Amino acid sequence: MTNIRPMILLAPLLMFLSLAYMLPFAGVIGWSVTIPEPGLQNYAAALTDPLILSVFWRTLRICAVVTAISVAMGYLLSLLWVRGTPLVRTLTELCILIPFWISVLTRAFGWLALLSSRGLLNGWLEGLGIIDDPLRLVRNEFGVIVGMVHFMIPFAVFPLASAMRNVDERVLLAARGMGASRTRTFWQVFVPMTAAGIMGAALLVFVFAIGFFITPAILGGGRSVMVAEMIYLRIFQSPDWGLAAAVSVILMVAISALLALLLKQLSPKDAK
Amino acid sequence: MIRLRPGLLATILAVLIGIFMLLPLLSVVPVSFTPKRFLSIPEGALSLRHYRTLIEDREWIEGIWLSLRVGVLSATFATALATFFSLGIWMFRPRFAGLLMGIALLPMVAPPVVSALTLYFFLITLTKFNGVVAYDTLLGVALAHSVMILPFAVVLVSVSLAQVDRRMDLAARAMGASLATRVFKVILPNIKFGVIASFFLTFVLSWEEIAVTIFITSVDAVTLPRLMWQGLRDNIDPAIAAISVILILIVATVVIARSAVTAIRNRGA
Repeated sequence: MTNIRPMILLAPLLMFLSLAYMLPFAGVIGWSVTIPEPGLQNYAAALTDPLILSVFWRTLRICAVVTAISVAMGYLLSLLWVRGTPLVRTLTELCILIPFWISVLTRAFGWLALLSSRGLLNGWLEGLGIIDDPLRLVRNEFGVIVGMVHFMIPFAVFPLASAMRNVDERVLLAARGMGASRTRTFWQVFVPMTAAGIMGAALLVFVFAIGFFITPAILGGGRSVMVAEMIYLRIFQSPDWGLAAAVSVILMVAISALLALLLKQLSPKDAK
Repeated sequence: MIRLRPGLLATILAVLIGIFMLLPLLSVVPVSFTPKRFLSIPEGALSLRHYRTLIEDREWIEGIWLSLRVGVLSATFATALATFFSLGIWMFRPRFAGLLMGIALLPMVAPPVVSALTLYFFLITLTKFNGVVAYDTLLGVALAHSVMILPFAVVLVSVSLAQVDRRMDLAARAMGASLATRVFKVILPNIKFGVIASFFLTFVLSWEEIAVTIFITSVDAVTLPRLMWQGLRDNIDPAIAAISVILILIVATVVIARSAVTAIRNRGA
């Protein structure tokens, strides 16, 4: 690195990100230990205050449920996308890619239009005489989980599909040739061979879900607040900048740890 | 390849999941034609009033116009920075290249809400010094969006650089070409599609960006997603259904066209 010329090309981006992102993040860390007064009381509060702890627990619980459902549904979709007949593959691809490219706000609105008390689903059910009063399907935890699963499925599908593409056909043929049934080949050969993809997909979805803001805020209707929405509320409604900053720092540390795990998962060859 | 022959149960489940994926998008359509002022299913008469709102209401026009300007500004800026950065990594393979790449990708891996708080801090600090690049201004939003979309531009440009033959650059250097000649006359023409793709992707990302935008705007710089967010949080305005239908139609057309092209090409091969 005796040459100065690389810096002409590299410097603009590095300087911009340092000034506009890394330095301000240091400022946020600063807030977390200085507002309202110097000290670690914000971190103490974040880790002991029952109200804040309950938000952490709710976030973890919702994320765990969302991850499990998204990976299970994503697995079936990936299976059809990778191994279905050409027509099935095209149809599956559309079911994955169209929602993927549509903005998170439009998707949240779609769920409101479908599930709200004056929405389509309640309208149908009442029209058919199955229910008398509209069911409460959004602006609660149920709505949050449905909306998040819908958002996360494509992110689960991409690692799963790539794991399935890497499965060696001959192993499956061998299993069948040795007399294993189709079901047994699937559960005892195919699924274990895609285990790394399942882990990768689960970690990716979980990391995404934990810092996810928009869908929970809209479909939760302020009733089942998750960590990201709590940060927003502490900045703009209660103003409590110090606590919001402390929670952000905790979130950042937790997600960095999970991402390190994900990277290790993605490069198993380096493990030894 | 062995084709999958899914059992009855798997087929039913897959169809249900497919419906689950598309139903919320389809259910926007009837709502957008309601004659009422609130979210409802039209009974009988259909109305285009919510589509008319989009063309007649100043708020919506200004939101769309602001989103367009922010998108072009931030996509241009981010793509330019990312192109130079990726070129630097590719041409010189500096020590710590992995670390530098990691820094460039930081805003992509950090949780959006942490980035939002960070950029909020950044812009209110800037506001103390000037009123042009500041909280709740066009340039403030464009700057914040640039940070968020930079990593995606870096990924796209780096991927297209990875396909360029290194010997071309070596030849140019051996012939005595200057750094500027190598960059602008030799390498850039070879990755122009990657750069254009990066501009479009980052434009779309900026056009849709909402988590950060909520933190850094209040009344003056209201982008289209910000306008939708307000409508979704408070009362549900069916004008959002109308704009959603338009956005869904655009995306669906592009994705279906792409899938059709791939399918036809595969059949031909």
